[in-house]
Amino acid sequence: MKELLKKLSETYGPSGREDEIARVIREEIQDYVDEVFLDKMGNLFAVKKGTGTKVMVAAHMDEIGVIITYIDKNGFLRFSNIGGVSPFIMLGQRVVFANGTVGTIGMEKLDDIKKLTLDKLYLDIGAKDREEAAKLVKIGDIAVSQRQLVFAGDRAIGKAMDNRAGCAVLIQAMRELGDTNNEVYAVFTTQEELGLRGARTSSYRVNPDLGLAVDVTLVGDTPEAPPMSVELGKGAAIKVKDNSVICHPKVKEMLTKIAEEHQIPYQFEVLTAGGTDAGAIHLTREGIPSGVISIPCRYVHTPGEMVDMDDMESAVKLLKTFLTQPIEMDKIYPCAL
Amino acid sequence: MLLKKLSEAYGVSGDEGNVRSLLRTELQDYAEELTTDSIGNLYVKKGLGKKPRVMLAAHMDEVGLMVVGFEKSGLLRVTAVGGLDHRVLVSKPVVVGNNHVPGVIGAKAIHLQKPQERKKPLEIDNLYIDLGVQSQEEAEKLVKIGDYVAFRSSVNEIGENCLLGKAFDDRAGCAVLAEVMKADFDLELTGVFTVQEEVGLRGAGVAAFNVHPEAALVFEATSAADVAGTKEAGHVTQIGQGPAITIMDSSFITPQYMIDLAVKTAEKLGIPYQFRRLTTAGTDAGQISQTHEGIPSLVISIPCRYIHSPATLINLDDYQNTIRLAKGILKAIEEGGLPCEGTA
Repeated sequence: MKELLKKLSETYGPSGREDEIARVIREEIQDYVDEVFLDKMGNLFAVKKGTGTKVMVAAHMDEIGVIITYIDKNGFLRFSNIGGVSPFIMLGQRVVFANGTVGTIGMEKLDDIKKLTLDKLYLDIGAKDREEAAKLVKIGDIAVSQRQLVFAGDRAIGKAMDNRAGCAVLIQAMRELGDTNNEVYAVFTTQEELGLRGARTSSYRVNPDLGLAVDVTLVGDTPEAPPMSVELGKGAAIKVKDNSVICHPKVKEMLTKIAEEHQIPYQFEVLTAGGTDAGAIHLTREGIPSGVISIPCRYVHTPGEMVDMDDMESAVKLLKTFLTQPIEMDKIYPCAL
Repeated sequence: MLLKKLSEAYGVSGDEGNVRSLLRTELQDYAEELTTDSIGNLYVKKGLGKKPRVMLAAHMDEVGLMVVGFEKSGLLRVTAVGGLDHRVLVSKPVVVGNNHVPGVIGAKAIHLQKPQERKKPLEIDNLYIDLGVQSQEEAEKLVKIGDYVAFRSSVNEIGENCLLGKAFDDRAGCAVLAEVMKADFDLELTGVFTVQEEVGLRGAGVAAFNVHPEAALVFEATSAADVAGTKEAGHVTQIGQGPAITIMDSSFITPQYMIDLAVKTAEKLGIPYQFRRLTTAGTDAGQISQTHEGIPSLVISIPCRYIHSPATLINLDDYQNTIRLAKGILKAIEEGGLPCEGTA
């Protein structure tokens, strides 16, 4: 899975412009499923047909980035954020556009660094003037961090682990998925970082019995980190709650039971900020019971996001076991009988 | 002039009836079907049964105020409806309630304010509406709690082909939509004049769910900040430079194939255009694009200075060019179908 993760991490794919990452994922998954298609929002669906419970598993494939709003006469580019982008993290970053154009981010003269905001930053693509810059980049073009993925032991460091780590887990689980009666829709969603937008429309289309999301989560195991019990290397995290969803207790119980029975390392996650695709899925149509398998990740929304390969393996095992076993919806929905 | 009539009509969010009647009258001879839904959206349908199904939207509501209380003196306490800049409110003429009772937004006069007070803009809590009455009893004969307050401002042509007036956000978009609906296309077109955009894109989601179109075009008025004290990088849009195409705002990011459709059409027809250089704020497209399985959308805006005030300014060339671009895009869809990402 290391090779797969590296490939996904290094692929370009900011929110709203996911064509390239969708193409790469499609190549990686199409031989293992019955059907693959894209929708108008750019969501990629990979379907394993079945007659049992219909489960949708979402992993968002978009990453954060910067969008060009203005080119000045000297060829410097101004930009705004796509998703949660910190000016302090962006300063000095190397970024790349869909067409391969690269640039570096500089800042205006500033007496107090604490006052750094995105509009004090600019992107230098080496152009001599506006005309030369405009040949390479148009207003509205989006750049992402340019960063190779490296392994520090069993831990991967790279950009866009949020959420290519989740995509890798979902692809791998679909590849290893044995015989199952369940109908599984693996959906690689778009625009999560802008507000769970791809998940909202794709879950409406799929209309599943049950929803799962696979995404990274924050950790509390770094120096002076805000208190949080999730630690890197302690297994897949089963989400209890974040700002977008309170996971369905029965779905959470099912995941926990599988982890216990199969001795898969796991930990519970209560995230006090942020949300994930399950937030949109569980409120679709009449409501869809949903849960989340999270991958612990340090330094989220930086170009140096870190995940642990053992956690990734635990997440794959948990996900594929969940999808393989019979899912009795009447146990989740006792009141619907 | 339709745009003048629309601008001068009163229609704060949730109270769009006057604007709706004007548009009904204007379009009844052109529509195959004219309906209003329970939330107040007006639907104008043409080319029923044709393909593809395209929805066009512009919101009827404008920002304003609402009466929330009476002072013993007969002055009215108010709250904002929609995103108002409270610094523009003082001393503006308004009308209150269904009978359009005239009044003015008042505040403590400058010579009664303490020096510190003069430095700070007045909050809505410090403002009131003066109907020219002497007591609460008299005020209650004229207006009720919950009555809407709208700016009273007539349209004037000024300068080089510019129009000054209130509520061009989004009556200019409504006028564009009305003009487009008068033309004929080989498409099933539903023009929707939506409600409650200014309080959270509320009408548009309902409308898109009802219409279930294959694509949507939204006509808006957007900030033009090409004014004193701003750097060019922060201009958002400039008046007189043509319709503005949205790439991204807080509610919506435009699919690349929809941006390409607009740009190619503008270039083919020689229509000036610009990109909206701001990634915040929202429009009806935010809701429409998230309805059903997802509806590809496009937002075309008329640049507007001093937006959300009683004196907003647009350029009439921009207005005409927005109509031309909208018709051109529909013609392009008629000829080449809808653009779309490669669905397998």
